[in-house]
Order: sequence, then C-alpha cells, then structure tokens
Amino acid sequence: MFMRLVRRAVTAPAVVVLVLGAAACGSTGSASPAGADGTAPSPAGDGTLTVFAAASLTGAFTELGRTFEAADPGTSVRFNFGSSATLAQQIVAGAPADVFAAASPATMKTVTDASLASSPAVFARNRLQIAVPADNPAGIDELGDLADAKVKVALCAAQVPCGAAAVKALQAAGLTVTPVTLEQDVKATLTKVTLGEVDAALVYATDVLASGGEVRGIDFPEADKAINDYPIAALTGAPAGSPARRFVDLVLSPQGEDVLTAAGFQVP
Amino acid sequence: MSGRLPWLLLAPALAGMAFLVLPLAGLLVRAPWSTLPARLAEPQVLEALRLSLVTATIATLVCLLLGVPLAWLLARTAFPGRRLLRALITVPLVLPPVVGGVALLLVLGRRGLVGQWLDATFGVSLPFTTAGVVIAEAFVAMPFLVISVEGALRTGDPRFEEAAATLGASRWTVFRRVTLPLIAPGVLAGAVLCWARALGEFGATITFAGNFPGTTQTMPLAVYLALETEPEAAVVLSLVLLAVSVIILAGLRERWVSRI
Repeated sequence: MFMRLVRRAVTAPAVVVLVLGAAACGSTGSASPAGADGTAPSPAGDGTLTVFAAASLTGAFTELGRTFEAADPGTSVRFNFGSSATLAQQIVAGAPADVFAAASPATMKTVTDASLASSPAVFARNRLQIAVPADNPAGIDELGDLADAKVKVALCAAQVPCGAAAVKALQAAGLTVTPVTLEQDVKATLTKVTLGEVDAALVYATDVLASGGEVRGIDFPEADKAINDYPIAALTGAPAGSPARRFVDLVLSPQGEDVLTAAGFQVP
Repeated sequence: MSGRLPWLLLAPALAGMAFLVLPLAGLLVRAPWSTLPARLAEPQVLEALRLSLVTATIATLVCLLLGVPLAWLLARTAFPGRRLLRALITVPLVLPPVVGGVALLLVLGRRGLVGQWLDATFGVSLPFTTAGVVIAEAFVAMPFLVISVEGALRTGDPRFEEAAATLGASRWTVFRRVTLPLIAPGVLAGAVLCWARALGEFGATITFAGNFPGTTQTMPLAVYLALETEPEAAVVLSLVLLAVSVIILAGLRERWVSRI
C-alpha cells in the first residue's frame, strides 16, 4: 500500500517543485515587510515604546499614546491590548514590553513575582455597573432584581478580573444569582447584552460608556465593595527619564487623569 | 521502481510531520504529570469531557443527516447557482468561529430573525442551552463532511447508478442501495473530520451557547478559562481531550475502516 502510494506520488514531482517554489516565494515575499515594520524585539532606545495594556484601556491609552508621541516626536508608541492575565504570561515568557498596565493587582503580581517589574502604582479604578439592553425588557433597576430566576444574567467567569469583582459584589449584597453564562471576558459579556440575549450583566462602567448608548448602565451601592484597581509599572531595566518611565508619568499626571476620567474610570 | 524514496518528497514530508507533531511534544514536556490524576478526578473536568463527547457526537449525527443529502445534491444534480451554493457552504470554514457565533445569535438568538419567532411561538430559546452547543458545533463542522462526501461522489463511478436505474430502481433506491455503499469510506472519513472539528470547537460555541459548567462548558472552553489563571491546568485538560479523541479515532479505524 505504502509503495503504491509512493509510486503514484512520484509521477507528480513537477507539482511538488512548483508548490515548494511558490512556498519559497511566499516566505521571502512576506519576510521583508515583517522585518521592516519592527515586529522583531526592539532594543531600548531605538525610538519605539511597547506598552502592554488591559483591553479595557484601549480607548484611553490610544489617546495618551498620541499625546506622548506629539510631545516626543522621536518615539513611537506601540500597544498590545488584551486580557491582563494573557499579557502577564506573555511578559513572563519574554515578550518585549516596556510598560505593563494591568486590570488587576493579581495579574501585575505575576510580573512582579518574576522580578520583571517593581513598585507598580495604581492609576485608575473601575467600578461595576448593571448593564441592561437599552429598552430594559426585564425592568431591572437594582442588583436584587438579578436574583429573579426569570431574569437571564450574564457574568464574567470567576477566572477573569470582571468575574472576580462580580462574585465579590454579589457576596457583599448577600445574593445568589444563577447566570446563564460565564463569559471569557468583559467585552463578550457586554455583547450578550447588546444583542439582547440576556436581560442584565455585570460589567465595568467604562465598558458601558464605550458601548455608546447601546446598553444602559445602572449603578448599585455594592459595587463599592468590588472596585478594581489598575496598576501600571515600567518593566525592570528602564532607567529614570527613559520613554517607559515618562509614559508611566504621563498616565499618572493630571492630563492622564482627565483622559481616564473621560473614559469612565475613577482616579485615585 | 526500487525502494529509494525521492528526497524531494521525503524532506518536506518530514518537515511537515515535525511542524504538526512538535507543538504536541511541547505540551507533553510541559505537562505537570504529578498532578494529573488529581485533576482528572475533578468533577468539573469529567463533566466538561462528557459534554464535549456527547455534543460532538450528536452534532456529527446532525451533519450526517443533513450533509450527505446536501453533498448528493451538489454532486449529482444540475441546477442554476450550484457553484455559488458550493462556495456558500464553505463559508463556515473561512469565517472566524466567533463571527459564526454572532451570526448564529443574529438568526437563532432571542431577538434573531428565526429565534424571536421560536421564542414567541414555542417558548424555545436556543442560546445558553446544550442544544445551542450542538448547533454551533454542527454549523462549524458540517462543511468538512459535505466536502468529503461530495469528493467521494464525484470520484465514484456513476455507471453503477446508471445500471441500477436502467434496471428499474427509483432514484431513492439507487441512492440507498448503490450510491451510499459506494461512498461509505468517504462518508466515514468526513464524519471523522466533522467529529474532530466539533470536539475542538471553541469560538462559535462560547459566543452562541455561552459558558456554563454542566450545560454548555465543553472541554475547549474549560481549557481556555483555565489558561487565564492556571496555564498548567490548561495543559492537562488539553492532553485529556487529545488523548480521548486519539483513542476513539484510532479505535474506530481498527473496527470500521479495515472492514471497508
């Protein structure tokens, strides 16, 4: 059987050569632009600052990045937005980051424990809100309404920061809520509300604001028990006055506070 | 034709093998073997594994019921727009699964085109149910089955079918007694691909059916969430899923493929 396959296959060496040739062309063709746009790890001081930041910071940090570049035309700021836990693992695995801004102290701890950053500073706080579809079909107006068995609720999974905060808030309120789904991140949770698949979800105030009116946010007092701190740190090896330190300073400055407040964050 | 293997084939074949197998070796090397038995005994893991096997199997049956006739339609009948239809059938292969999940919500969700009617008429809501998991898996996996079966039909010799027809068999009898036995290996190969794709399905499932232990949390979802906090647990869960699927597929091969 094997030999028959081999015998049949050798009748088509021309095809193989063609395919190999095409593959070789493809790889050289794509290799040069990839190298040129700087995907390779950049040594410090070549004018590129790489910031790893929690996905919820996308809007605010993109704006601060532009401010930074305007003040320092020699430096271009590159962002990698994603789940804080994933970013922390990428940094520990050797990803070339200069600054890390996390959505929870626990994920920052992963990086400080690996001695890759020290003395992180809390630069923002995020508070949970009840998000409901714009027409609020289930008539939700307080946290207690989520415990009703007829109300479909989406929460973040306890493994991600917004889920941990939701557990804390519900505990503080002494409520047992049976969600229909435990989503993998806050944006996925919000999507379920936007599409009207659930009647309510617990997400951050910043996400409600970023949804631009598609969902309504309802404040509730127990959210005070589950405030999420966002720490930021320049990664080890960034000397004082380096772009990494200056970016952290910008985020902590009054100007940075304004941008963060406009995005719905509270500042310490 | 002596036994020397042409290096032009052998070298890329070995490179291809290494490319596919090395990531698996990476998982095996990093696996925390000492905690493996304890992890396997966790009820949530067994729950997710059971759910994965059940939903992937039901999804494959659904794909067989709908996909084999669809492949037959594409391969054996002529109608305007057939090429376009074939291209549309491969859409789930190209679509990022998460987008597929959103598309399913827009059609079958509580406010979807069909879903709001289902909800109003029967009180049925598919998202966040085990049936929703089956739908998401079938949506993503069915093209694999259709393409395999259509390929088998096209390479099959139509003269057998013509002979049966000239002897007076109806089109349905021809399909059942001649076509189906002829393409059985192709159907089986397609079903295996389909099952494997359904078993590993993540994006469409978590988007359409959500994630709740016991009802919609399949193994890939459990692996993804474990990755957020405990990468080691995620490696263990991946290995379990992998081992179970390899054992089942190898077992099937022994039992069925040799007979065909």
